Amino acid sequence: MSDSTLTAGSRVFDIDAIRADFPILQRKINDQTLVYLDTAATSQKPKQVIEALTNYYEQTNANVHRGVHTLSIEATDGYELARTKVAKFINAVRPEEVIWTRNTSESLNLVAATWAEANVGEGDNIVITAMEHHSNIVPWQHLAEKKNAELRYLAADEDGLLDISELDSIVDSRTKIVAATHMSNVLGSINPIAELANRAHAVGAVILVDAAQSVPHMPVDVQALDADFLCFSAHKMLGPTGIGVLWGRYELLEVMPPYMFGGDMILEVTYENATWNDLPYKFEAGTPNIADAIATGAAVDYLTELGMDNVWQHEQELTAYAMEQILSLDSVKVLGPQDSALRGGVISFIHGTIHPHDLGTALDQQGIAIRTGHHCAMPLVRSFDVVAAARASFYIYNTKSEIDALVNGISETERYFSRCPVA
Amino acid sequence: MPGGMSGLGDMDELYEAIILDHYRSPRNTAAVDEPDIDLEVNNPFCGDEFHIQLKIENDAVSAIGITGRGCAISQASASLLAELVEGKSSTEVQAAVDAVRRLLKGEEITDEETDILGDIEALGGVRKFPVRIKCALLSWVGLGDALKEHLDG
Repeated sequence: MSDSTLTAGSRVFDIDAIRADFPILQRKINDQTLVYLDTAATSQKPKQVIEALTNYYEQTNANVHRGVHTLSIEATDGYELARTKVAKFINAVRPEEVIWTRNTSESLNLVAATWAEANVGEGDNIVITAMEHHSNIVPWQHLAEKKNAELRYLAADEDGLLDISELDSIVDSRTKIVAATHMSNVLGSINPIAELANRAHAVGAVILVDAAQSVPHMPVDVQALDADFLCFSAHKMLGPTGIGVLWGRYELLEVMPPYMFGGDMILEVTYENATWNDLPYKFEAGTPNIADAIATGAAVDYLTELGMDNVWQHEQELTAYAMEQILSLDSVKVLGPQDSALRGGVISFIHGTIHPHDLGTALDQQGIAIRTGHHCAMPLVRSFDVVAAARASFYIYNTKSEIDALVNGISETERYFSRCPVA
Repeated sequence: MPGGMSGLGDMDELYEAIILDHYRSPRNTAAVDEPDIDLEVNNPFCGDEFHIQLKIENDAVSAIGITGRGCAISQASASLLAELVEGKSSTEVQAAVDAVRRLLKGEEITDEETDILGDIEALGGVRKFPVRIKCALLSWVGLGDALKEHLDG
């Protein structure tokens, strides 16, 4: 169980062995073998993660940081070991910089409601990008309105890449925070976080990274990115739902006011007032999500053993292959960078005649799960003059033959909808 | 060749020939001059949006125009709606809206209503695809609400 025995990339990247770890891949959907291409929404879980959950509930279950009995001590150790694993996974300076939240959205909201609430004033500005998920737009809209501050956007160019040509004028002396996605959940574009961080720091602002789509798929080093805050969810990286991470620089977290109040986050309470606990507990009010934190540790172990360089390489190969295959269909247009080297394993596409929902239903009939709709990025999707798109996204368990199944499935759907009505 | 596609399972129950016909050749798409009811309905979750215009003279729908974009189900449903309501009184339209709601929810409709709905009964196939029911309902619910507002207002 100890992470000290884990060596990054110690396990051979054997796709058959990996797939054998995911029980759900055996399922039949509408009598077809499941082809799961919706990891950008949530990933599937290997048995190692599922067993971490059941083992915890069967062998350890107790509350943390409270008891002196054996189970409570084991639960606390497991909970804190998982935090240490996450810290190491993203190269945090210390584990106390890792705060458990419910998900990326809560992590983003936490920063908006505490750090930004205390530091953004009238006339200041907040800079985000045109390719943010709603969860990295709406908290800032709300804050900007409340504080009479300005919300500014870095645009995306025609290829779906972030346009940083006007970075120096958009991020100015009144900028307090730059909040940007590391990888777009719609376009797959990978954003130049280190450059944004450099500019933010030059004007005394902080940078927050929405890493929901990057941490699961590529090596992420918070120190190399020079980030101040970084947010992600466990469920997109083999872990359970209901748990996410806010990583923040220790010195920033230390002076931030609490987000929620309750047990565990206080040091001392009198009838008149209370003092706040140390990091990370100041931000973890109430009984935390112990089981899911421990299972997140198992997910991190799984990815660490495969090695994030190998994970990324596998996805880059799949993405290059998928771009080639999908673009070979005349009827389909891919949103975002056409060069697969500039994107991650998320491919949103529009069919010339078939609406994404009709395509989604038809593919589901063939056992293929893709995402359809606005992908929680309505302004971005609308900027392509469409109201919805279809999206295929990949992970460690996907294969080239599954991409072939997708492409064949699209062709089958075209044939279906082009049949002559009998009416 | 309905049912002949390998792996496309129950698709034919959703996309009956009449649905595909209305989807490909939607009826009543011309704009209406000086409409009495002019509404936009949309389902942002799906990315369906329609502009519905009605002219009402002597308590009867004398003209209807629907334009927009959406999936095959929402487009066919809007086209079927346009075809049905033309010439109907507001009471008859409300009754049809109510019958369609019940049809899509899998509730009982009378023989008389079945006769009134005609081709629209083909929309009933959506019941096997619960996430698509709102696609079929979009224009009907919008029209029902707008008509009520028009009559009350």
